[in-house]
Amino acid sequence: MIGAVLVMAVVDMPAFGDPEAPVHQHVAPRYIEMAYEETGVKNIVTAVLVSYRGYDTLGELTVIFTAGAAVISLLGREDE
Amino acid sequence: MTTVIVKTVSRLMVPFIQLFGLYTIIHGPVSPGGGFQGGVIVGASMILLALSYDLSSAEARASHKMRLIMDSGGILLFAGIGLLALLAGGAFLQYGMIPLPMAPAQVSGLMILLVGVAIGIHVMALMATLFFLMAQEKEEPV
Repeated sequence: MIGAVLVMAVVDMPAFGDPEAPVHQHVAPRYIEMAYEETGVKNIVTAVLVSYRGYDTLGELTVIFTAGAAVISLLGREDE
Repeated sequence: MTTVIVKTVSRLMVPFIQLFGLYTIIHGPVSPGGGFQGGVIVGASMILLALSYDLSSAEARASHKMRLIMDSGGILLFAGIGLLALLAGGAFLQYGMIPLPMAPAQVSGLMILLVGVAIGIHVMALMATLFFLMAQEKEEPV
């Protein structure tokens, strides 16, 4: 049943690279038009990563830090 | 086992690898790259030093305590910049609100560069620390 619904959904998907696809109509035009004026960086990827999705990047860094702290505490030195 | 060839080549390569890593970090706002990628490159240069020489000479460049401070410092710098914007009356991580004598977009660009550097410091210190800790276990079994 679920498989049949999924197959029907695949048939209804927009063509690959279609500029009219819903995913290209939501926030992407705003990023492309306003990223330089709003964030002051020319690289849109960096603008999205650090500014528009800054919370996400900070959380990602926290995840890496926590994982690293756990490994360091496991492998830590005897004299410390 | 490292020969004089390996040592010489890696000694010549390491400064250029680190320079390229710094370039990748600093050029994050204008070209592909950024803190994560550049930090990994600089961390890999430390690993190359440790592989071609020995662990203690590589650790002489940055001690364990120093790396732990850099590791936490990078993430604190990122969060601190975010808090600065909060204190200045904006939203958390709204870089343009930080009061500097520049246009908001320029302030934001500068802060994004600083955040990239913070990410780079964090990733570099963590990469090197994890490798050094794992290699140390092998050299001196407890």
